[in-house]
Amino acid sequence: MAVVDLPFRDGYVSSITYVSLYVSIIAVTLSTLFSIPIAIVMGLSDFHGKQFVKSVINTGMGFPSVVVGLVVLFTVSNQGPLGELELIFTKEAMIMSQFVLATPPITAISLAAISSVDDNVRDAAHVLGGTRLDVALVVLKEARYGIATAVLAGFGRAISEVGSVLIVGGNITSASGISKTRTLTTAIQLEARQGQYETAMILGAVLVTLVLTINAIVIRLGDQGVQR
Amino acid sequence: MPIQRREFIAAIGTGALAATAGCAQSGESSGQTEAAAESGGGSQPGVSGETLTLTTTTSTYDTGLLDEIHPDFEEMYGVSVDAVAQGTGAALESARNGDSDIVMVHARGLEDEFMRNGYGVNRRDLMFNDFVIVGPESDPAGIQGMGSATEALTAIAESEAQFVSRGDNSGTHTKELNLWEAAGTEPGGDWYQETGTGMGEALNIANQQGAYTLSDRGTYISQRSEIDLVILVQGPIEDGPEILANPYGIMAVNPGIHDNANYDLAMAYIGWITSPDTQDAISNYQVNGEQLFFPEAVSENPDFQQYVPEGWSSNSSDE
Repeated sequence: MAVVDLPFRDGYVSSITYVSLYVSIIAVTLSTLFSIPIAIVMGLSDFHGKQFVKSVINTGMGFPSVVVGLVVLFTVSNQGPLGELELIFTKEAMIMSQFVLATPPITAISLAAISSVDDNVRDAAHVLGGTRLDVALVVLKEARYGIATAVLAGFGRAISEVGSVLIVGGNITSASGISKTRTLTTAIQLEARQGQYETAMILGAVLVTLVLTINAIVIRLGDQGVQR
Repeated sequence: MPIQRREFIAAIGTGALAATAGCAQSGESSGQTEAAAESGGGSQPGVSGETLTLTTTTSTYDTGLLDEIHPDFEEMYGVSVDAVAQGTGAALESARNGDSDIVMVHARGLEDEFMRNGYGVNRRDLMFNDFVIVGPESDPAGIQGMGSATEALTAIAESEAQFVSRGDNSGTHTKELNLWEAAGTEPGGDWYQETGTGMGEALNIANQQGAYTLSDRGTYISQRSEIDLVILVQGPIEDGPEILANPYGIMAVNPGIHDNANYDLAMAYIGWITSPDTQDAISNYQVNGEQLFFPEAVSENPDFQQYVPEGWSSNSSDE
């Protein structure tokens, strides 16, 4: 087969790729900033009901994305509690749903990484006169590889997700083909719906390449950290 | 430590941007990528910077019609039109919730209900095409050439030939259910499958399974090169039965119910899409050399009445 004549308009693929990254990276960044403190507090302390909270977080890892999409839709719809903000069919609504989806895996995997840091490290930091913050930072540094894995897991869930972003984002491009809320995954869904399987495959290849690239970058950064 | 983290995040961001540029298709410069990136912060291009949210059925979107005609409107008014393709039922539901400003659908019964309940105002007939019954060339139920859609469906049901239904509360699904009712047949059993998908996907599934399905002509034509299904019962455009007519209407969301609806822009859109120029553009739009939609808004004998749903009594609102 010769070069396939694909119905890509100028800027189409780069703009949907951009929207995918924009939404996922912001959501995962917010998730990380939200999850890590929770993981540290839970990892460094014992409290009544800790196992229960853990099991809630673990359940959240498997929470169906379309249900998250529906809940966010009800929240941001003009009839919902945040209706005033007019967030329906915007990137912000998509970020909200991705945040909800990415937070449980990031929290759970970070917590596992922090819990597995050797108690001696903590004790040593205490003995050397470290404050609680110092101890937390030392533990965080020891667990950074696991935390990077956690962030990647959250990112993987966010960028490969299709159900909720379709519901709250609406899969919108401008008439000239520049994406507003269309992501790689929802574009693949649209192309498959229209029977354009070659186009869908190419977009799929872009998505997979993107995920591999970002994984490689993050793991590389993690390795450098370990060597230092 | 916090600074390191910030560098870490910045590095991810830089890598992501590089990856975006790297993944861009050959025809796209990285300058365009950056332009797309800059416009991503929620701001819209255009003079007034407003956005009109249009919820619509998948057929107007998947056939490429809206992408063809919208640049003209966007240029004229300096606004962007966010077209959300949802299927008629979902499109009306979004409008009912005030999540869109204007709605373009094709199911008169559902439109009437929407208008009667006061959610929509200023409905206009927009354009029409028709439905066709498509199926495998082998035609196991022998419906080819039947002049009646209901007879054809009855034949399919009696021979228990595979039939794919949209099953998604779309305009096409609504029409299909009306046809079964008119045929006096309750569809069911192993031969009748509801897919819950858009028209294009339903056609693909019917194609894979050698099944019959009801399709709008536009989606069928735009996908014909990908599938083996053939038209077995024609609609009124090709002198088929009138019951297969597929008229599209457009309605503004009532600003009296949803004060956030962009009513001015919605009315500008209705005026524009029913204007002679845009109606010409609709009739000139072709896929694979065939006209998909037939304009209906401009008439030699215009009806000056405000559109009201069938069976509407103006007293009912006072009770």
